[in-house]
Amino acid sequence: MAAVTTIRLFAQFVTGSMRIVLRGNALYWLWISFLLVLIGAGGIAYWSQLHDGLIQTNMRDQVSWAYYIGNFTFLVGVAAAAILLVIPAYVYQWKPIKEVVILGELLAIAAIVMCGLFVTVDIGRPDRFWHLFPPIGRLNLPSSLLAWDVLVLNGYLLLNFVIVTYLLFSLYRGKHPDKRIFTPLVLFSIPAAIAIHTVTAFLYNGLAARPFWNASILAPRFIASALCSGPAVLLILMQLLRRFTRFHIDDRAIWKVAELMAYAMFINLFLLGAEVFKDVYSDTEHLVHMRYMFFGIGEHTAIVPYMWLSVFCSFAAFVLFLIPKTRAHPVTLNLGCVLIWIGVYLEKGMGLVIPGMTPDTLGEIYEYFPSRVEFEVSAGIFSVGFLVFTLMVKVATPIMLGEFRIRGAETAEHSAPMASAK
Amino acid sequence: MIGCAAAAASGGCSDLTHTSWFRGRFREMSDAEKKDVIADLEKQHSERFAKAVTVGAEPPLEGVEFGYALDISRCIGCRRCVYACVEENNQSRDPQVHWIRVLELDKDKGIDLAHANPYYDAEKVPRDGHFYLPVACQQCQNPPCVKSCPVGATWTEADGIVVIDYDWCIGCRCCMSACPYGARHINLMEPHIPAEELNPKTHYLGNRPRMKGVVEKCTFCIQRVRNGRYPACVEVCPVGARKFGNLLDPSSEVRYVIEHKRVFVLRSELNTRPRFIYFYGL
Repeated sequence: MAAVTTIRLFAQFVTGSMRIVLRGNALYWLWISFLLVLIGAGGIAYWSQLHDGLIQTNMRDQVSWAYYIGNFTFLVGVAAAAILLVIPAYVYQWKPIKEVVILGELLAIAAIVMCGLFVTVDIGRPDRFWHLFPPIGRLNLPSSLLAWDVLVLNGYLLLNFVIVTYLLFSLYRGKHPDKRIFTPLVLFSIPAAIAIHTVTAFLYNGLAARPFWNASILAPRFIASALCSGPAVLLILMQLLRRFTRFHIDDRAIWKVAELMAYAMFINLFLLGAEVFKDVYSDTEHLVHMRYMFFGIGEHTAIVPYMWLSVFCSFAAFVLFLIPKTRAHPVTLNLGCVLIWIGVYLEKGMGLVIPGMTPDTLGEIYEYFPSRVEFEVSAGIFSVGFLVFTLMVKVATPIMLGEFRIRGAETAEHSAPMASAK
Repeated sequence: MIGCAAAAASGGCSDLTHTSWFRGRFREMSDAEKKDVIADLEKQHSERFAKAVTVGAEPPLEGVEFGYALDISRCIGCRRCVYACVEENNQSRDPQVHWIRVLELDKDKGIDLAHANPYYDAEKVPRDGHFYLPVACQQCQNPPCVKSCPVGATWTEADGIVVIDYDWCIGCRCCMSACPYGARHINLMEPHIPAEELNPKTHYLGNRPRMKGVVEKCTFCIQRVRNGRYPACVEVCPVGARKFGNLLDPSSEVRYVIEHKRVFVLRSELNTRPRFIYFYGL
């Protein structure tokens, strides 16, 4: 009978969540409409790509992976970044951060949803997507890294979904999550987050045909940059929630995250420097990719300004986050977040994939720059992600605050729900 | 095997794909299923191109492992191989897909791909100070493309030919990133071949008409070589630079080249171990 009651409660939980999602002020609806418009535009652009083929993108044989896969890679990093919050919260029992771990988990879910969409729009035969899902499909394990990526990304999505649903549903029922279930799941999400990013790095890293990617520093670089970009979103979000809801977020939590980001950015820049040194000093033919990235080759300079912008943003953000005063000041803190976001986005979205394929394996330079369809489809996918995230945060916030509870449940105490999970 | 009829009921099997959505992997089909699928395909293609198209499924021959040798001292860069290949293997004419890319290299730089020019004027060859290097699928013994495919849509056959199941490929292009020879090509749009130019003698794993969004490459003319013929590029080469044969037969021409000439493989440092070798015949 308990199971039946739980199912009924869960149904109530779902319908209650729907009601919350459909209730909001003008600003909320403006934001939702804005996202829906972009999603619609992206959908129209994708329809034309579906109809005509990948010719609607600027990808060709020479540069056969590009903007879509760059976005995918960037977002895997964002998804992995939830661990930056989970580690201090659970491993070091650092309480101020515990309350906001759930935001990291929600962000991870939204990011993985976008990852899946970016892979889907990138493949030539999206109608055969099911070939990737055994038993009707077939995964070429253990040799294919993309097959591993499909496994770990779906696993990570499921894991975060279960954690979040379990936590929110427990709080909704006025109960504390059972830590014998909850803690192992959260701890498991740490290696899972590292796994998704490592496997994604290995997808490039393992290709001996592409010297720009075939460097063992790639996976560590991925992790370091992810630990910058993911939390940058969270810092901004935490401040927004603090302002618009009764959500209490300790200043110390924000500063701590910013401090960790400064270290991560230092490692990221250091690893980039190590890579630049190896290529420049040894001066082999492989230097050509880095030359294309930072200086262009002949008249082919389409991505050069973006790469310098990326380096500038990353350095500036590093300095802002390193100095305690600027990291604590709201203006410079948020400026730093935006700079980090731009820096890492350009580096992963353009700087990783495109120079890796330019020139191609036979020395040809095809200068790639995303087409309008690629920009529109990508904007649509980002909007889907923001929409998913917005709706999830909309439901999670009143639950965490104890405002959305099952009827008859004791009103939640004001203590931090994540902390009481312990 | 769920046939085209079942797929049609769910809206599959459309003009968009020229293939049944539910078609399984060729490698796992029983002989009866292969027969059904091939009958389907022959009917579809014959109707579409208004001529009798055959789709073969000849298996590898016993005791045969194909090998290819190309004489770079003879090649003049005329690109006849490129166009013979397009005609034989039904590559798209619009947009153009070429399985062979001939590189013009500087004599004083040697095999330096960073300075290769694939867009030279083939009317003016051979140009002074240059030599030519045709590159296509090297049919590697350790193929990075096969390793990278997430769905197992490409594999090495017993006779050494690396093939693609066009009905199973999802178009993710991992294999293209993995290939050090630029040998793999994606159909960016629906391939277009004028009906009168279609070569109606095809093989399931080779030159049958492809569809939008899948990857294709050289198969040593699988439809020819499994029937005892030479690849089209070997036949058309005006200077006899292209040699082909059975690596397991000590009296074959490729074996003769390996034993009597100085050979090299492209990108040997990557350990792909090609079955396609280059040699200096003169």
